[in-house]
Formats: sequence, structure tokens, C-alpha cells
Amino acid sequence: MSNPVSASKEALDYYRPWPWDRRPKISWPNGARIAFWVAPNIEVYELNPPANAFRTPWPHPFPAVPGYSIRDYGNRVGHMRQMRVLDKYGVRGSISLSSALIDHHPEIIELCRERNWEFFSHGIYNTRYTYGLDEAQERALIQDSIDSIRKATGEAPVGYLAPALSHSELTVDLWAEAGGTYTCDLFHDDQPTPVKVRSGKPFVSVPYSLELNDTIAYVVNKIEPRRYGQMIKDAFDRLYAEGAESGTVMCIPTHNYQVSTPHRLRAFEEALEYITGHSDVWVTTGREIADYYLKHHHAAAEAGMDALNKATHGRAR
Amino acid sequence: MAWTTPAATGPLDYPNRHHGNDHDRYAWSMLTDRPPLVWPQGRGLALFVVVPLQFFPLNPQGKPLKVPGNMVMPYPDLRHYTLRDYGNRVGIHRLLKALDAASVVPTFAVNTRLFEREPLLCEQIVGRGNEIMAHSWSMDTAHAGGLDESAERELVQRSVGRLRELTGQPVRGWLSPGKLNSANTPDLIAAAGIEYFCDWVNDELPYRWNTATGALWSMPLSTEISDTFVLVDNLHAEESWADQVCDAADLLHAEAAEQGGRILTLTLTPWLLGQPHRMKHLERVLGHVTGLAGVWSASGAAIPYAAKPQIPAP
Repeated sequence: MSNPVSASKEALDYYRPWPWDRRPKISWPNGARIAFWVAPNIEVYELNPPANAFRTPWPHPFPAVPGYSIRDYGNRVGHMRQMRVLDKYGVRGSISLSSALIDHHPEIIELCRERNWEFFSHGIYNTRYTYGLDEAQERALIQDSIDSIRKATGEAPVGYLAPALSHSELTVDLWAEAGGTYTCDLFHDDQPTPVKVRSGKPFVSVPYSLELNDTIAYVVNKIEPRRYGQMIKDAFDRLYAEGAESGTVMCIPTHNYQVSTPHRLRAFEEALEYITGHSDVWVTTGREIADYYLKHHHAAAEAGMDALNKATHGRAR
Repeated sequence: MAWTTPAATGPLDYPNRHHGNDHDRYAWSMLTDRPPLVWPQGRGLALFVVVPLQFFPLNPQGKPLKVPGNMVMPYPDLRHYTLRDYGNRVGIHRLLKALDAASVVPTFAVNTRLFEREPLLCEQIVGRGNEIMAHSWSMDTAHAGGLDESAERELVQRSVGRLRELTGQPVRGWLSPGKLNSANTPDLIAAAGIEYFCDWVNDELPYRWNTATGALWSMPLSTEISDTFVLVDNLHAEESWADQVCDAADLLHAEAAEQGGRILTLTLTPWLLGQPHRMKHLERVLGHVTGLAGVWSASGAAIPYAAKPQIPAP
């Protein structure tokens, strides 16, 4: 796999250094210590995706039965199972949506709409990568997903997680220019942070954990289901304790073909029961966290960072 | 029959973006939108246990690709060859003893070449009277893209035909090595008289497949709680595998009581679970599952047979 572009940047410049212990206090609604959200990725993978020069969608030649069929399982079987559990614990999902699912499986969209879940964009298909697209093509992909979600739900999405976590140097800028207000593509923090975008508009990164992402846990790190449940509880305990000083964010990103399988759902359900059994937990959505932060904390954060940067002016190399 | 899933002309062209799946080999349907199924005697949870009986050649050709579990060391790979053979010599006897003690019915998925080579094993398995399904010729015959259609037709006919001769059974089921398919596999096995196959794990209940010769039933066999996936691919402890199966059984059993028939599918591999240090964990699983009320230990063919009359043709 080669680099899609010239790879000219030494470091990301979306955000600035910002020591954890020198930030203004974050407060959440009703004095909550922690904003907790669950982000079900509801995806479509193509059986016959076009070749991409930088990433191969399937490990097997057509038809890639093992990979395609388990993802199809997620939509046929897993979605309902996960939704029942989220309903039981009063969690509205924030859906990371392959927007082609609106065309393929509108039945799922309708169930989520009825529950007032949030829809944010996860591209068109999870087999269509950002890699290799020029700026106009990436903008077109983003706009297509926005238009599709608006048409299906009556509301444009404001959050973005790039399809299959494939990015360009411009992904976050283009999302902001298309009307977005938050990104899930940065994994640098446990609090929302301001993101500097090309247009200069106020824009925020909402924490979306890769470590607690079920696909990362189960497929990449090969974790046992009960250990995954324990990891979620342990992460919550720490963020909840720290949230007494300044508000934190915890996200569990899920996939209906991972967490919803019969041998794994129990561990996830126990973790949800544990978390929602605490007081002072704001059970919310990605969009509500972004909106609240932009309204109440974004300006203070920028001012705080400006002051810190001024104090260290000239020392960074 | 051809797959209706045209290729895109560019990165922003989406020719299959329409209702249902992006191909037409089966109908899109969410499990909870279907009428609830009832298993015989009103039971809720079916238990489908597949015991693969496999032959891994010492000199695999790996064409069109190498199925996991094959030889990996330079020839002759005595390590892997003999460890796989262990299953057919020792492990299988332990598994059968445990299954019989728990009154759990296995369905054997057999590489035909193994029964040609080992008449005594063939005789013992056939003598039990349990269902035998086809598992291709050997673990070195991958049914995958790159395999020529006529060569695959011959491979399927030889595997199924010879297995029928050797066992005297009708051989109605099929499991591809590694659950891989070429574009032609479903049509070719249906043409050979196969009635159900276990390769597509996109559901938890049997459903209809479209083939050139009519209906084939898909009977999904879970990969993710199979012993090879949990113990070999993920390197989880035996105890964790047992926990995972018990958790799955509990969930499906509870769901069956509310929503209709469910199936717990297990793959028990003789060369893996049949090792002495793993048997007690299998015995815990069998004890737990058979201790649940209303469990139906069924053969592979019995489940789609029970489902068919309850699932009207579209």
C-alpha cells in the first residue's frame, strides 16, 4: 500500500497542544459528569466494489463470502438485537451511516427514525474509500451522503466519520464546508476539542473511541467478549471519576455484526446496565454533545489555548 | 446463473444502489420481519453440531488459494500433517464419546478423500447412522474465484458422487472448505443434488437461495463461535470459548421463547477440541446447552426440512 498523496505534512494541524490540567472546566447539562453516547455503525459493503489503488476491500476473490456475509448478517439479524438492548437502557443511537443503506435497507432507517436516533455520515459504502479521490470527488461524495440523509430523515447530518476510516488531508475541511459541525475522525482526546478548519468556522472534535470500538476490540485486538465488557466498565469508572472535576466524554462505537452476535451481546448489555445505573450520566448523542460544546465551551477553549500559546510563543520548534 | 451485480465505472458510480442486497441470489429480509418458526414438538432452540472430518494433503497445491489450516512448513510438514491426522485417529473418538454421553446428534462434514483413504473410519461413522454432508474433496480444494467452472463442476460431482457411493447416504448438505465460494459454487452443488449449504453466515435461520436449477437452502453455520475461530484465530482460552458458547446458548434460548425458533450452531473440530486439555470445556458446553429446556438436537437436513413448510415461497 502506497501513500495516496505526497505525504508532505510532518504533523496534523487540525488542533493545538493543550495540556489536560490547564483547561477551563467543562460542565454538562444538569451537572452531569460525563457525556455518554453509543455510535452504532450501520454499514453497507458491496459484493463487487471497484478496485482502489490504495486499499483492497476484500481478502478473497469474488464473491468474498466470509467478509460480505457476516456484514450482511449485521443488517439482517444484528441490528434489531442491538436496538432492543439500547431501547432497554434508554440509549438513543448516533448512527454512523453508510448512506447507501437508505436505498438498500430503508426498513432499518425507519426503525431508527421512530426512535429519534441521530444519523451522521459515514460515506456512501464502506467499500468506497477516500483514498485516490481528488478534492472535487471527495466533496461530491460528502454532498451525496448529506443529501441522501436529508432526504430520508428530513435533517442534514452534522457529524462525519470518513468511510472505513479512510482520509485525505482535506476530509475534515470539506466536511465543515459542507455544513458539518463535528468530526469523529480524531482520536486524540477524552474531551471535545476545537478543530481548526480551512473555512475558519467553529468546529469540534467529539471523542469517538477506537479502543472501545467493537471491531477494533474483536477483530484487530482479538479480545474475549467478557473482557470487552469489563474494558467498557473500567473506562467508564475512570472517566466518571475524572468527570467530577471537568466533564468527560465516553463513546462506544459498535457494529451490528460484532457486538450483536449471540456470544457477545450479554457482555455489552451488562456494561450498558452498569453505566446507565449511575447518576450524573448524560446519556446523549454525538450531535447533542457537539451542539452543547459549541454553544457553551468552544469560545472559552479557544481563548484558553490562545493564552497558553502566547505564553509559550517562540518556544515550540 | 449470473450474479446481477454490475461493476462500477468509477469511484462515484453506484450501479447497485437500490432496495435489497446488491445482488440477486437471495431476498433481503430482516429476521424479525419473518413469521416465527416452530421446531418439532414445539421446541424453541435447535442445536446443530457439525463435526468436520478433514484430510489435509501433505503436498497441498494451494490453487486457486490456500485454505486456512493447511501445511505451512517446508515439505514435508510433519507438524501440521500429523496434528490434523490426530483428529481422525484420536480426537474423533473423544468427541463422539462426549456427544453420545450428552445425547447430542452430530452431523459429519466429510472430505471425500478421507473416507477413500480410511475405510475403517468411514465404516465407523457410517455405522452410527448420523447425517453425512459433503465437505469437498479435501482441505486443499478451495472453491474460490480463479477455479475454472468445468474443473469445479468435476470436483463437486466427484466429491458428492463418491461420498454417496462410500457412505450409501443421500448426502444433502454441503460445507465448502474455509466457507469460500466461487461465483459458480451454489449452482454447481445444487446441480449435484445438494439441498442445503452452510457457507453463507449472513443469517441465523435457513433461507432460500436462487440457483440455476431451483431452490437451494442456505443453512448458516456460525464461524465466530467455531472452535477454530475462537481458539486458533483469536487465541482465546478454552474456558473463554466455553463461556462464549454458553452465553450464545442462553441468549438464543431466551429469544426463542419470545420470537420463535432459533438455532445454536457449533463446529467441533476433532484435531482441535479433541485434544485432552480441551475436552472438559466441551463437556461443560454440552452439559449447559442440553440442560436448557426444550432443546432440539437436530441434524443439518432436519432443520431446513422443518423450516421449509413454514416459509412460503416468494
